[in-house]
Amino acid sequence: MAMLDTAVTATETLTVQKQSRRRRGVRVHFTQFKWLYLLLVPGIVYFLLFRYWPMYGAIIAFKDYVPFLGIADSPWVGLAHFEDFFASPDFPRLLANTIILALLSLLIAFPLTIIVALLLNEMRVTILKRTTQTLIYVPHFLSWTVVASLTYLLFALDIGPLFQLVNGILGTDINFLADPAWFRPIIVLQDIWKNTGWGTIIFLAALAGVDQAQYEAAIIDGAGRFQRVWHITIPSIMPTIIVMLVLQMGQILNTGFEQIYLMTNSLNRSVADVFDTYVYFMGITQGSYSYSTAVGLFKAVVGVVLIFGANWIAKRFNQAGIF
Amino acid sequence: MAREKYRFNTPAGRVFDVFNVVLLVAIAIVALVPFVYVLAGSFATEAELATRSFFLWPETFSLDAYEAIFTSPAFVRALITTIAVTAVGTLVQLMLTATMAYPLSKANLPGGRLILSLIVFTMVFGGGMIPTFLVVKDLGLLNNYWALILPMAINPFSLIIIKNFFQQLPAELEESAKIDGANELQTLWSIVLPLSKPVLATFALFYAVGIWNDFMSPLLYLNDNSMWTLQMFLRQVTVATDLSVVEQDPTQLPPAQGIKFAVIIVATLPIVLFYPFLQKHFAKGMLIGSVKG
Repeated sequence: MAMLDTAVTATETLTVQKQSRRRRGVRVHFTQFKWLYLLLVPGIVYFLLFRYWPMYGAIIAFKDYVPFLGIADSPWVGLAHFEDFFASPDFPRLLANTIILALLSLLIAFPLTIIVALLLNEMRVTILKRTTQTLIYVPHFLSWTVVASLTYLLFALDIGPLFQLVNGILGTDINFLADPAWFRPIIVLQDIWKNTGWGTIIFLAALAGVDQAQYEAAIIDGAGRFQRVWHITIPSIMPTIIVMLVLQMGQILNTGFEQIYLMTNSLNRSVADVFDTYVYFMGITQGSYSYSTAVGLFKAVVGVVLIFGANWIAKRFNQAGIF
Repeated sequence: MAREKYRFNTPAGRVFDVFNVVLLVAIAIVALVPFVYVLAGSFATEAELATRSFFLWPETFSLDAYEAIFTSPAFVRALITTIAVTAVGTLVQLMLTATMAYPLSKANLPGGRLILSLIVFTMVFGGGMIPTFLVVKDLGLLNNYWALILPMAINPFSLIIIKNFFQQLPAELEESAKIDGANELQTLWSIVLPLSKPVLATFALFYAVGIWNDFMSPLLYLNDNSMWTLQMFLRQVTVATDLSVVEQDPTQLPPAQGIKFAVIIVATLPIVLFYPFLQKHFAKGMLIGSVKG
């Protein structure tokens, strides 16, 4: 997200150079920069077609989209789809499912990432540290399809190793893949397995930047290892933690579509359905284009509000925001 | 300096060190074990898979599962499709990204700032799944492999990082090319791109992994089974446990369980093989684009 910063700095330098140029005519600009503009054309066409046209297309959330009439000529219905959605029993269920999954991730996966990063940072045997890092990054590169497949094999009814292990310990006979009560734990588990290792990279980078002189001073003052971590390391990486938290807040409604979709089945729909998969089932499977677009638009707008809101809160806490 | 840090070491600190080593090794093993289990399972016989629930080395080595999938026309088709789409897609996406990043790296390009902010905007807000689907549909790209490539052709993050990289290149080189009478197209091709090989390789890997692993695009845009990619095929076999897609000779009994293991391995193998490069470049790429610690 620092990309936003980089973009801003780049554009600042640009204004200065631009002013001196403004006197000359537009035509001079064009001939001088014609090759550069030519190079821009494919990219601009891409952004217009696949990024901005869908934004225009999102107006079908306020229309009754009829494919043969097209987006422009389909009749307006105002907020009818939104009203339908908010009044439907699906809405509270989706909202709860989505937010519970996001909170579980925020409360379990997020602190776990920081803890693993701290543990790695405290590791003194460099080769062991490197090896661990190398191994725990691997799952990040596997597709959600592979992760779901692994889950299905490991928890397979009767024969899966984890099915036997966990049921053996608990003395139960739970079918983890079908039992709605186990949907969320499994999703969180997958999330942890796939992304914790990778997530440490950013914190490890922050940890590497902590001023070593502070540790030396603390040692002279008699601070123990844990005290050093608590009073120096954690406060030093707090800005990074806050920024990552802000980014997570902005993503609260973005439960990964692929992960949830792959783990959804007819038995766990009551807890599995989230906004993203609901949009798919309503839009693609059932063909309610306008209604599902309204759901998606609601989600996108809330996402924008959340990310700016979280950023505002981060700034109020006197920490660096992302914008 | 590092030694200084640990000079005042307490017994508790040493206990923690041991505990820390054990814990991290355990974490590393957890990250790796599922994959080793599947690898071992893919080379095991059906009988062994039915009787032993967990092993990291097969008792009897067997290639039955691989034989079954590589003689399945549907699987081979999915594999070839995926390799082709990944190769073409990576090239197209990289070219589009680089050609757009270059003009935007010129700070004096009129309008460049506006275009950049419009690109940044797409990182925060988008039209959503259904409107994008309708665009792909209106363009006639349903059931067309280009639908797996074009809608995600330019990743705004990658674009901005590549743009920033171009900006750091020494300006003298481009100026000397200009004096020699080269236009910007020639400069890009003969000076800028060769200088940017490491960065472009990084993003080629980004894009390649993205396409190879993509499940949502084929799910949305391809509804013809014969067009399936590997990820779609994998899902059908493991998650939906529908082995009919393997299209085996009906007189033979396929190694039903082994097939699942083997397909997972084939879908994972390229990632594992490229992993040494991935790790080096991805970690770097992620840090370039991330917050300053």
